[in-house]
Amino acid sequence: MKDTMQVTSRSGQKPLVQVRGLSFARGERMIFDGIDLDIERGKITAIMGPSGTGKTTLLKLIGGQLRPAAGTIVVDGKNVHELTTRELYRLRQRIGMMFQTGALLTDLDVYANVAFPIREHADLPESLVRDLVLMKLQAVGLRGAAGLMPSELSGGMARRVAMARAIALDPMMVLYDEPFTGQDPISMGIVVKLISELNDALGLTSIVVSHDVQETAAIADYAYLLSNGKVVDQGTPEMLWKSASEWSQQFLNGMPDGPVAFHYPAPNFRDDLMQGGRLR
Amino acid sequence: MGHSRLIELSVGLFVAAGMAALFMLAMQVSNLSNNISGDTYAITAAFENIGGLKVRSPVTVSGVRVGRVDAIDYDSRAFEAVVTLSIDSRYNSFPEDTSASIFTSGLLGEQYIALEPGGSETNLTEGDRVQLTQSALVIEQLVGQFLYNQAGKQQ
Amino acid sequence: MILDPLQLLGRKGLGFFGRLGRGHLFLMQTLAGVPALVLRPGLVIKQLYSVGVLTLLIILVSGLFVGMVLGLQGYNTLVDFGAEESLGVVVALSLVRELGPVVSALLFAGRAGSALTAEIGLMKATEQLSGMEMMAVDPMRRIVAPRFVAGFISMPLLAAIFSIVGVYGGYFVGVGLLGIDDGAFWSQMQAKVDLSDDVYNGVIKSFVFGFVAVWIAVFEGYDAVPTSEGVSRATTRTVVHTALAVLGLDFVLTALMFGD
Repeated sequence: MKDTMQVTSRSGQKPLVQVRGLSFARGERMIFDGIDLDIERGKITAIMGPSGTGKTTLLKLIGGQLRPAAGTIVVDGKNVHELTTRELYRLRQRIGMMFQTGALLTDLDVYANVAFPIREHADLPESLVRDLVLMKLQAVGLRGAAGLMPSELSGGMARRVAMARAIALDPMMVLYDEPFTGQDPISMGIVVKLISELNDALGLTSIVVSHDVQETAAIADYAYLLSNGKVVDQGTPEMLWKSASEWSQQFLNGMPDGPVAFHYPAPNFRDDLMQGGRLR
Repeated sequence: MGHSRLIELSVGLFVAAGMAALFMLAMQVSNLSNNISGDTYAITAAFENIGGLKVRSPVTVSGVRVGRVDAIDYDSRAFEAVVTLSIDSRYNSFPEDTSASIFTSGLLGEQYIALEPGGSETNLTEGDRVQLTQSALVIEQLVGQFLYNQAGKQQ
Repeated sequence: MILDPLQLLGRKGLGFFGRLGRGHLFLMQTLAGVPALVLRPGLVIKQLYSVGVLTLLIILVSGLFVGMVLGLQGYNTLVDFGAEESLGVVVALSLVRELGPVVSALLFAGRAGSALTAEIGLMKATEQLSGMEMMAVDPMRRIVAPRFVAGFISMPLLAAIFSIVGVYGGYFVGVGLLGIDDGAFWSQMQAKVDLSDDVYNGVIKSFVFGFVAVWIAVFEGYDAVPTSEGVSRATTRTVVHTALAVLGLDFVLTALMFGD
């Protein structure tokens, strides 16, 4: 067991995000049941787990869009859920988030989408906004697509635009929600490269939520595996590959049967068949 | 930028058209232009029978609209209807012996009060009562057939 | 056995009051976002375009035809009494008091209200609203409030345009086709239509209807289940609920205003 009381983290530096004893329920269903996470400054931390483990929910909790049932989330020394709305909004300006589908504003073109957070929060002259936007678009390689509408973009391009928008305000941290899902290998490769490059070039802290093991493991400095509301395993990717946990091995290698059974819980198959016509 | 200019222009036209429509409703469709507004003074007149006269019915002199009926009450001691007329203060020189009659505009029209100036030196002022009145002609008693149509229309 | 329908009724009732409560909270939040729009009139202007200007065509065409039908029907009824000169009164009163505010509110719900619901619902379904929140932009202020204000401003203007176009439609049929005297048409109308009793009350009605219609539209969008099915259901609900609310309110308002 990990010592939950530790204040300084693995590298000896105070982590940017500290999650302690976090519980969250949606209706009857427990999504998180007392999880602890540390997100190191300047590193890429991966949160992995099967679909439906609430990885996206975790990002929304960190961003203060949802309230936990119990536990605390401290971002850069501030308890997210004790902030006033104004303070929370100020914190959010320092956090970029890339949604699974990009979540670009459909009535604005690519340029205006990237300019959106800048125009909303900074009262800059239009020429400066233009320079900033073109810089961000250049970073994701889409400066030439500035005039396109979101509907004209491929899925991969939409995500790159969303990335440019996420870094528009030069945040301290960027949250990526399933950045690799449903992409062709080339755009996947581009996104992988971009996450890693942006993190180093801009001195960001990144949280990548994903179930694409290969891609995530390739860029993550540290990874948490979540299942059934608990942290099942954690460590650097190298440590995880060698992990003794059966569950981790099944998840990382994509094995159809294991601790997560192939069969949905059911009564004995033989008994079920023998009941014959007497069912109902 | 041309696109947003177009939007702003069309929004401007839309709002202007809407305002113009409201203005026309006031000026063209309703009676604002001959509405009695601003300063008025009230005089009263008692009638034995007011027929179909209603609040807001017009008050005219020589066919010119000068005011409207403001209130209709019944005086249970004199057994008379008391009608309060509110007259535009531009028309403030009606002699004391002015008479008031209730007429019908056309056979099917609404009823109105017509004032007929007399010859007195002193004028009617706020609160005065018109002494000479002529009640409404009750058409029912005169013209048998018209009344059903008329009654249907008044409903 | 007997408890099942009761339980269902209870659940429906709770659901209904839950929505009603959310709707009112939502309205408060929306209204709180309105004052800040003074600083950004551009947001409202953009919405005035999609809510008002784009609804104008259907309002113009419908107003014209409703007025023409009123002219024909009114003439046929009035001519039996020899009172066809009163056609202007009939057309104008019907439009100014009732048909202008009510029909344009119904058309507004069908054209602009459903579009607002679908737009906001889709923004929710595609995480655009959530994305905005994470960019520290309040979607209530940025998205909902401007649309609300635009709808509220547009409705009385649209209703007035509807009425005026309708009056001219009636004029066209009555004077142009059926040969009523031009002067009688207007003078009878002006004598009978009262500014405060009829026109002001009609305008008040259209303000109330606009408020309700745009409230329902933005709330349904914001409250929609964020899936394609949820958004399409919400769009249908917008039209149905607005129609019911407008017709119900019209009865109440008419009783209050003209009931004596």
